Amino acid sequence: MNLILFTFIVLLGFTSYYFGRKKAYSIQSTKKRLTALPQFYGYYLAIWCAIPAFIIFSLWAIFEPTIVKLLILSDYSNQGYLDDELNLIYEKTKALSRGQFTGEITPFIKASAEKYLSLRSIAQSSKAVIVLSIIIASVAYAYKRISSNSRTREPVEKFLNAVLFTASLAAILTTVGIVFSLIFQTIDFFKVIPLFDFVFGTHWYPAKAFVRDSSEALDPTMYSDTFGAVPIFAGTFFIAFIAMCVAIPIGLMSGIYLAEYASYKVRQYAKPLIEILAGIPTVVYGFFAALTVGPFLKELGTSMGLEVSAESALAAGGVMGIMIIPFISSLSDDVITSVPQSLRDGSYAMGATKSETIKRVIFPAALPGIVGSILLGVSRAIGETMIVVMASGLAANLTLNPLESTSTITAQIVVILIGDQAFGDPKTQAAFALGMSLFLVTLCLNIVALRVVKKYREKYE
Amino acid sequence: MIKIKAKDVDVFYGKKQALFNISLDIEENQVTALIGPSGCGKSTFLRCLNRMNDVIDICSVKGKILINDFNINDKSCDVVRLREKIGMVFQKPNPFPKTLYENVSYGPTIHGMAQSKQEMDEIVETSLKKAALWKEVKDRLHEPGTGLSGGQQQRLCIARAISVRPEVILMDEPCSALDPIATAQIEELIDELKKEHTIIIVTHSMAQAARVSQNTGFFHLGQLIEHGSTDKIFKNPDSTKTQDYITGRFG
Repeated sequence: MNLILFTFIVLLGFTSYYFGRKKAYSIQSTKKRLTALPQFYGYYLAIWCAIPAFIIFSLWAIFEPTIVKLLILSDYSNQGYLDDELNLIYEKTKALSRGQFTGEITPFIKASAEKYLSLRSIAQSSKAVIVLSIIIASVAYAYKRISSNSRTREPVEKFLNAVLFTASLAAILTTVGIVFSLIFQTIDFFKVIPLFDFVFGTHWYPAKAFVRDSSEALDPTMYSDTFGAVPIFAGTFFIAFIAMCVAIPIGLMSGIYLAEYASYKVRQYAKPLIEILAGIPTVVYGFFAALTVGPFLKELGTSMGLEVSAESALAAGGVMGIMIIPFISSLSDDVITSVPQSLRDGSYAMGATKSETIKRVIFPAALPGIVGSILLGVSRAIGETMIVVMASGLAANLTLNPLESTSTITAQIVVILIGDQAFGDPKTQAAFALGMSLFLVTLCLNIVALRVVKKYREKYE
Repeated sequence: MIKIKAKDVDVFYGKKQALFNISLDIEENQVTALIGPSGCGKSTFLRCLNRMNDVIDICSVKGKILINDFNINDKSCDVVRLREKIGMVFQKPNPFPKTLYENVSYGPTIHGMAQSKQEMDEIVETSLKKAALWKEVKDRLHEPGTGLSGGQQQRLCIARAISVRPEVILMDEPCSALDPIATAQIEELIDELKKEHTIIIVTHSMAQAARVSQNTGFFHLGQLIEHGSTDKIFKNPDSTKTQDYITGRFG
């Protein structure tokens, strides 16, 4: 029903566009000069069709359920039901009307369900009638109003402006919403767990929080030594460090090769190939790390008499490094390529060789951009989840031995939120606190990276 | 004295031929101007003289270019040594994003010309003095070279080029991005520099060619139409094309 109505409105929109344009053409044929191109007249009418439709649809979506509910529950008023019970009755009515009710059907509820269905169909048809009549009225009004000197271009441009503004507003509001939900849950978490214990505690053992029966009262003392985040922060930075040890040299050198040494043909094929690495889903990297690299390192270590865990920070960090290579290589390639050719010419003309030119002129000139690309790589490494979950184990050991298993912030969030969870429980809220700290770290890194890159751009443009 | 002797030079960009059969002698310690309409190949010819065309993948050069009787297109030619002997100044000032001092000491450093800090200081000072920039910048040698004005930047590039004491300096429209006052300063400088260096300058300005050069070559559509003393080219050219170009009838 809604779909048919919607199709109808879209068709109306097209029709009003057609009529608007037609009227403009007919005005034009009387040798009058129009204030805008004919299609603006068409768009103008289409907007007069779209805006009322949108307003009525949204009002309906907001008020219809409330009004229907009020009407249904008015039958039960003055019978001494509590609010909760009334809500339950309403849910039962809705379920029955959809044919999904499984309990005992009382005559009352049956009557309500029938009433509900009839109310809904009345609402639907009245909506259709109201929407269509208002649209036709508004389009007709606008159609009559447009003449050779009416302004149609400005409203159309304003409308587009508003649509685009709404789109970006939606994106911004979502971000703000997510940040606020993080903040509030984090504050709740720190009401139970002292900030000091979280930031400086060295034992991360959230499994301890699983044993609490949710009907018991909260006793903060039972969480001492449970949520000390030092091991997982250390693990996060340690694995990111290993990853960058792999990614920076390889990425940078391949970037320099692509930008300066590779012939046009090689570059044409090599660059997309390297960028394919960036397109591999991280979960694929994850099982590559867990099933291939991890066991290989363990065997290699055993043959050399070292004790290597099958899930090691080295395996996870190494594979994560490979994942980050294309970011660094591709970004630094772009940065190096955008160093002006005149600087290269200047250096070559002085008799400098290629490697001298790169070392003394191009690299220093591109350095801010390269640093920026590395920082972006680091923030990827810190935020990476799947590889760590699969390849580095979930036990939060405080260790600097790359052959042991460690865990990261992201992996711990996964551990905490898999399976049953209750809101308002410190265990669940711990995930928000971790998410918040992760967010802060990557935010800072991204801000620094963008600043650095921007500074570099200003220098040459 | 003939310093550079070009013999039957052809240049190709891919399959397209840019220069046809150029033969030109360049006199030592004189200024030779190359003039001609845009796209006529004068800059391409200039870039042949220090093999800067090597940088462009699709560019190939045929023919002989003898500098001090040595063919620089020969396989045995060491490009690093060649460019040490033949400096170049570009159309747009292109100082490195380094300090003034580092800009000038760049060449001497990569060619190992200074044994000590003191020697390097001397080279930097004399180069900047020769480029008539010393007085303006001596107190801020350690500030970035990109902070100078356009004319100063171009003189810095000239200082950079002469820091390795090249025998020849190639100038590719060195004044086209500068205002008249900076242009006058550079022209004065060119006159001074020709005492120690052979100078070849590509220019779009006929007046500039007449002011600074002793010899002129006129290029048109990849061919060297005419060359000779500047006086003769400007007052009594052999070719009507030259005549037309100089009097501003085309180009």
